[in-house]
Amino acid sequence: MIDKETLKEHGITQSEHKRIIDLIQREPNLTELGIFSLMWSEHCSYKSSKIHLKKFPTSGKNVIQGPGENAGIIDIGNGLAAVFKIESHNHPSFIEPYQGAATGVGGILRDIFTMGARPIATLDSLRFGPLSVPKNKSVMEGVVSGIAGYGNSIGVPTVGGETYFDECYSLNPLVNVFCLGIVKKDKIFYARAEGKGNPVLYVGSKTGRDGIHGATMASAEFGEDLEEKRPNVQVGDPFKEKLLLEACLEVMEKDLVLGIQDMGAAGLTCSTTEMAANSGSGIEINLDLIPQREKGMTPYEIMLSESQERMLLVAKKDKVKQVQAVFAKWDLDAVIIGQVTDTHHLKVESKGQTVVNLPVSAIVNLCPVYKREAKSYSPTKFKMDLEEIPLPNDYESAFLQIIKSPDLADKEWVFRQYDHMVQINTAVLPGADASVLRIKNTHKALAVTLDGNSLYTYIDPRSGGKIAVAEACRNLACVGAKPVGVTNCLNFGNPEKPEIMWQFKEAVEGIAQACQFFNIPVTGGNVSFYNDTEGTSIYPTPVLGVVGIIEDLDYITSPEFRGPGDTIILLGKNKEEIGASEYLKQIHSQKSGSPPTIDLDKEKRVQAFCLEAIFKGMLKSAHDISQGGLAQCLAECCILGNNPIGCQIDLNDKIRTDALLFGETQSRILISLEGKDLDAFKDLAKKRRVPFSIIGKTGGKNICLKHHHKTIIDIPVQKVYSSWKNCIPDYFKTT
Amino acid sequence: MRFGIVVFPGSNCDYDTLYVLKDVLKQESFFLWHKDHDLKRADCIILPGGFSYGDYLRSGAIARFSPLMQEIKEFALSGGIVVGICNGFQVLLELGLLPGAMLRNKNLKFLCQYVHVRIENTETPFTNKGKLGQVLTIPIAHFDGNYYTDQNNLKKIKQNHQITLRYCNPDGSLSEKANVNGSMEQIAGLTNEKRNVLGMMPHPERASESLLGSCDGQIIFKSIINYLK
Repeated sequence: MIDKETLKEHGITQSEHKRIIDLIQREPNLTELGIFSLMWSEHCSYKSSKIHLKKFPTSGKNVIQGPGENAGIIDIGNGLAAVFKIESHNHPSFIEPYQGAATGVGGILRDIFTMGARPIATLDSLRFGPLSVPKNKSVMEGVVSGIAGYGNSIGVPTVGGETYFDECYSLNPLVNVFCLGIVKKDKIFYARAEGKGNPVLYVGSKTGRDGIHGATMASAEFGEDLEEKRPNVQVGDPFKEKLLLEACLEVMEKDLVLGIQDMGAAGLTCSTTEMAANSGSGIEINLDLIPQREKGMTPYEIMLSESQERMLLVAKKDKVKQVQAVFAKWDLDAVIIGQVTDTHHLKVESKGQTVVNLPVSAIVNLCPVYKREAKSYSPTKFKMDLEEIPLPNDYESAFLQIIKSPDLADKEWVFRQYDHMVQINTAVLPGADASVLRIKNTHKALAVTLDGNSLYTYIDPRSGGKIAVAEACRNLACVGAKPVGVTNCLNFGNPEKPEIMWQFKEAVEGIAQACQFFNIPVTGGNVSFYNDTEGTSIYPTPVLGVVGIIEDLDYITSPEFRGPGDTIILLGKNKEEIGASEYLKQIHSQKSGSPPTIDLDKEKRVQAFCLEAIFKGMLKSAHDISQGGLAQCLAECCILGNNPIGCQIDLNDKIRTDALLFGETQSRILISLEGKDLDAFKDLAKKRRVPFSIIGKTGGKNICLKHHHKTIIDIPVQKVYSSWKNCIPDYFKTT
Repeated sequence: MRFGIVVFPGSNCDYDTLYVLKDVLKQESFFLWHKDHDLKRADCIILPGGFSYGDYLRSGAIARFSPLMQEIKEFALSGGIVVGICNGFQVLLELGLLPGAMLRNKNLKFLCQYVHVRIENTETPFTNKGKLGQVLTIPIAHFDGNYYTDQNNLKKIKQNHQITLRYCNPDGSLSEKANVNGSMEQIAGLTNEKRNVLGMMPHPERASESLLGSCDGQIIFKSIINYLK
C-alpha cells in the first residue's frame, strides 16, 4: 500500500493517486508510482498550462512539425528545414551552476539531433541576481563556464542570447537554452516505436543514479533544503555526446533506424512510453540488459535515472548489425534491451520478474489537466505619477549610468568564453540585434533572436507577451530577416498561486495575439513553473525565440554606423513613455508605471518597411530601439563597430527630455544611410505610411545630442565605449 | 594538391577545414579516419581543431596515440607538410613533432575572439605568400593556448627562426595586452626546425571568406598550395 508520505515525496496528490488506480485497476507498485510521478509532473505533462497553450497559432504552410515532438520544424526552401526549440534548466543551474547549465545545453542539443538535424547554433537567455552580491557572481560564472564547457567541446557555436539582472533572480536564476539545427526535408526522424518485434536499442552513456527525480524537482518550489538536492543534478559529458551526435546522424543518414528519442527529463521512462504512445504500440524491455554504471541499481532507480547522453532507438530488424557497426566505429555500444509490441503497454522485466506493466496511454495521455484559479492584482499596484519623477540634473551622467548598467553593458565577457564561430556560419557576431548564420551551399541565411522583458511582463503580463514577440521580430527585421517560426520558454512562479496563474494566462494571451497578428506559428517550447524559492516568485519571464530567413546573404545588415557623413533617421515616433523603463530602474530606483504601449499594426508596417529598405539597398545600418531608449540605441550604433564613431543629433519632439532620451516606446528603429539614397528613402516611407524623422549625422569623436537646439549630451565616444565595455569585467576582476 | 584532414573523436573543425579547402579554395580534400593506417597519398596533412577525446586529460594527450599518428609521424619526419590548427597544434606538441607545451590561458578562461598575428618568417611552406611583418586578422578559440617551453628550446627556436606568427596589435607592434593568452614570446604559430611542420593556435579556416569578416587565413592555405605546386 502506498502511504501519504510516499505520495508526497513523489509530488502526487491524493486525487491523482485515485485516478491512477482507476486507470490501471489496481494499486501501482513503487516503480510504477515513480513512473507516474515523472510523467505526470508539471515539467513533463504541462497539466497546468495545457489549456492556455492551445491559444497559440501552430499551423502555417511552412510548418513541418508543430508542438508535441522533440522540436519544431519549419521548411526553409532548398530541400532544407530548420529544427529548433528552447528549454529551461533553471532549477539545476542554481543548485550546481556549471553542471546544471552544461546539461541544459546537452539536453537541447539531443532534442535537435534526435530529429535528424545537425545542430548549427545555440543561444542562451540568462537571468541572475545583481552582481553586487558575491553568490550571484559565482552562479553567473558557473553557468557561463558550464555552457562554454559543453558547447565549445561538442563544436556547436553559442552565437548569442541575452543576460539580465534583477533581485527576483537571486535565489532562482534562469538558464534557457535555445538550439537551431538544419535537416534535409527527406531525412527527418521522429520518436516512433513501430512494427511488432522490431528491436529497441539503448545507445550512449551507461545509466547511473544521477538525476533521479530531476523532472519532479523542477515541478516544486524550493525551500531551505536546497543543498540536499545537489545529487538530483546530472553530470554532463560533452565528448560522449559528440560521439553520440555523429553516430546518430550517421545511422539516420544510412536509413538504418525507424524511430529515435533522446533520454532527457524522465530518462528511460519518458523515451519508452512516448515512443510507444506516439505509434499506438507497446514496448517491453529487460532492465538486466541496460548498461549500468553502478552496482545494485533497483528497477526504480534505472527507470527514473536522468543520466545524460543516452538515446533510445528502434531499428529495422535486419539492420541491427549495421547499426551496431556504426556505433562501434564511434566507440559506443548499441545494446538491444527489448522490442516493440502491440500490447499498448510498457512492460519492464528485471531478474525474471515483471516489475512494471502499465498502459502507455495512461502514462502519456491521461494525466489530469488543471484549470487553475487566476486572479489579477490590483490595478493601482504599479501606479506612477510622471509629475513626481524629477528630470535629471545631469543628463550626461544619467546616460553613462544607464550605458554601464549590467543589463545594458557589453556582454563580451560572456560570449568571449563561448566558441561562437565554429562551423564557420556565423555571419554576424554576438552583440547585434540578432545572430545570423549562413546556410552553406545556398545564398540564404537564418537569423535568430531571444527576447523577453520580465519587468514589462510583471507589471502588465499581456503587454509583456505582445512586446516580446514584437521586439523579437523587430530584431530580425534589423538584420534583414523575415520571421518564420517561434519557440518560447515560459518561466513563471508557482501556478497554484492565483496571481501567478493570471500572469501566465495573460502573457500567453499576449504572445498568442501577437504571433497571430504577425502570422508566425509557434512550433513548440517549454513551460517552467515553480520558479519560487523560499516563497518568493520570479518576475514572469517569457522568453521568445524567433527564427527568420534572410533571402539574400548580400543584404545582411548590422547595427553599427558604417562611416562618417551618413544620415541618421529614426523610424517610428517618440512618445512620452517612461514606465517600467531601465531609466526608472537605474536612475530613480523605481519599478513602476505602465510598460510602453504597443500597436501591432504600426509595428508590422515599420518592420516591413525596414526590410523593404534593406533589400532595396538603401540602409547602411539598422538597430532596434528598446531598453535604455533612443540614447542607448545611439550609443550602441556608435560603439559596436570595430572603430567607434561619433554623431550629432538634433531632436525637436515636444516631450520631456528624459522620456525622449530614455523612454522605451515601441515600434522604433534607428537607421543610417548615405545622402544619395535619402530622396528614394523618403518617397518609399511616404508610400508605405511609415513615420520617420531625420535626426542627425554620423561623424566626429563625440556623441553630441541636442533637444530644442540646446546641448544635452556631449561626450567623447571613447568614454562611452569604455564605460560600456568595462562594466561586467570590473565585477569579475580579481584583486 | 591533395589535403588530408584527420578526424579524431571530438574533432570539431574538421568539416570547416574541409569546406574551406574544397569548396572555397577548390582543392582535392578528404578526411582521414584516426583509426586507419592510410594517408591516402595526401600531400599535406591537417590536424584540425576540436576537443580530441574530450581533452579531459591534457589537450591532445590521448589523440597522439591514435593509430594513424604513426604514419603521420613518419610522413613528417620524411619532410611531408603537416599543419596542426588549435587542438591540432596541441597534438603536435604532445607527439613531439614540435617543441614545448601549452598552459591554460593567462586569464584562465576560454577565449574566442579575433586576434592580430604578425608574420615573422616568410621562408616557410605556410607563409611564403605573405610579407614579413604583415598583420593577419584571424580568430582564436581555445582554453590552452599559452605557449611555453624551456630556455634551451627557446634559444634554438629563435636561432632557427621557427617562430612563424606572433600575437600583436593591429599596427604590428607587440604588447602585453595583444598577447591575449600569455604565450611565451607572443608565439601564435611555430614550425619545427626543418620547417615542414607548423602548429598555430589561430584558425585560418575561420578567416577564409569575406562573409565571415576576414580572408587573411587564406594566406596560410595558399602558401601551402604554392609551395607544393
